Amino acid sequence: MTSVRSTPAPDAALVRRPGPVRFLWLLVVVGLLVALMGASVAIGSRDVGWSEILAALGGSSETMGEAAVTKRIPRTVLAVVVGAALGLSGAVMQGVTRNPLADPGVLGINMGASLAVVAGIAWFGLFSATSIVWAAITGAAVAAVFVYAVGSLGRGGATPLKLALAGAATSAALTSFITAIALPRGDIVENVVSWEIGGVGGATFTGIGTVAPFLLVGFAVSLVSARSLNSLALGDELAAGLGERVALARGVAALGSVLLCGAATAAAGPIGFVGLVVPHLCRLLVGVDHRWLLPFSAIAGACLLTGADVLGRIVARPTELDVGILTALIGAPFFIAIVRRQKVREL
Amino acid sequence: MTATHSLAAEDLTLAYGDRTVIEGLDLLVPPGRITAVVGANACGKSTLLRSMSRLLSPRSGRVLLDGKAVHRLPAKELARTLGLLPQSPIAPEGITVADLVGRGRHPHQRVFSRWSTEDDAAVAAALDATETTPLADRAVDELSGGQRQRVWIAMALAQQTDVLLLDEPTTFLDVAHQIEVLDLLTDLNRARGTTIVMVLHDLNLAARYADHLVALSGGRIHAAGEPADVLTEECVRAVFGLDSQVIVDPTSGKPLMLPMGRHHTAPRADVLQGTPGS
Repeated sequence: MTSVRSTPAPDAALVRRPGPVRFLWLLVVVGLLVALMGASVAIGSRDVGWSEILAALGGSSETMGEAAVTKRIPRTVLAVVVGAALGLSGAVMQGVTRNPLADPGVLGINMGASLAVVAGIAWFGLFSATSIVWAAITGAAVAAVFVYAVGSLGRGGATPLKLALAGAATSAALTSFITAIALPRGDIVENVVSWEIGGVGGATFTGIGTVAPFLLVGFAVSLVSARSLNSLALGDELAAGLGERVALARGVAALGSVLLCGAATAAAGPIGFVGLVVPHLCRLLVGVDHRWLLPFSAIAGACLLTGADVLGRIVARPTELDVGILTALIGAPFFIAIVRRQKVREL
Repeated sequence: MTATHSLAAEDLTLAYGDRTVIEGLDLLVPPGRITAVVGANACGKSTLLRSMSRLLSPRSGRVLLDGKAVHRLPAKELARTLGLLPQSPIAPEGITVADLVGRGRHPHQRVFSRWSTEDDAAVAAALDATETTPLADRAVDELSGGQRQRVWIAMALAQQTDVLLLDEPTTFLDVAHQIEVLDLLTDLNRARGTTIVMVLHDLNLAARYADHLVALSGGRIHAAGEPADVLTEECVRAVFGLDSQVIVDPTSGKPLMLPMGRHHTAPRADVLQGTPGS
């Protein structure tokens, strides 16, 4: 039928990916993020004028308005980095497990981080911010391994629904453990309850500085895994045939995502659904190539969390709604929609 | 243009847990030729292929590529010489043909290296060779089974390996597409000298397309060599436990196996006499 030509065909350019489209979308989401960050600084329970915002951005906090804006700056930064961490973490998790339902919240990994933090505070007197981050990351890692092991039991290995069920069950169990630990401890219960909802309200630059190194390593490890995830997406056998060391690649990528969601949980509490929703939306925009999908998921995750935080300040005026509540409101229907599709196929 | 590589198994024993699948097997793959591995279900054909591409570590013995044990070679280095197309690879939902074929370039890329013009040329040539260039921007999900198989082969071609292992590349294809795929592999072998090892279910297609036929039975090689020497009535009985008649295929001159079941085996007199039936 055909003859194999060894010279490259002249239409190599035709085969090139649709780069311009993706680049356009990149500009759109970056623009959106900048706008949302602006909104996050400008909008709050106290109305402030432009002059006060500009003055506060310049470092002044003399008037009440300026002081309010000054408080919103670290909050905005935290929303951006936590959102980016959760979006990227979800995209990596979906790639590692080839599971469209994978998400740090759905798989119970955030709850693992939470339990470790709460137990650390209640039992071991963990007070330094860094030790809390370490506890969160350890808890996240243990939960990830546990849920994956449980979800892999039985026939067919870790199918999407089995993994999600294992995650949900683990989440429920961990949540009641957290309550059981915190409830008798009048000294910490209030903090634990508000932290457990997930929010960026009390952000300080010191707090952000504590999680920043962990997040940076997590971002780097995750982004470097992009090409490996592209190979893993074709199945373990083919990935190995392409020269991928499958177990190593999967372990490294999983480590990156666990670092990200553990550190994000330490900083802002267990915020769910960002890692679930964002990668699916990004796949619609830029396709399944992880070299694009991962950075996009980070930026879009930052958009979602910043946007949800701003929305939480608008809808509940004069008080605020925590972002954890809003992301759950946005994410839960989305989760149902994915499950209800004809068949939940492996990615 | 291609260097020939020697691929061999030496006293190879393969097992899943307690179950030994291949035992003390020696195999020499003729370089630059097409080798087909046949055998009954669960005789270890795919297992042998998996081990040759180092997906499975041998219990004992070695698989040698150019005299070096494949299980000791760096993964990417091996993947630049030896490619594998497994039986059921996964196409991520919504992936385009060009993207999928491009992933065959993985072993030629480093973590931070950019997509190069060399990569572009390899992908374009692979699409061209498999006549899938018009499909480049289509989603793999939308393609027919035959088109999809050609796309997977294009991905394997983009990997630009001199040795290509294929696990039942014709499964799930209708007869026309089976022939199409085997013709394509033959083209590849003739034009580039690519050494091809494939597991095939269909004995007659294996005998027709292979230069070297390997019949596996009970984890050992029952016979290996020219198809005309290997595919005999005795061999079919020993390997498959099936009575048959082997004749010369009038279209190819290769052996053609006609299975004999318990029914429909008495030739009609009019057929034997060569007169048209009533």
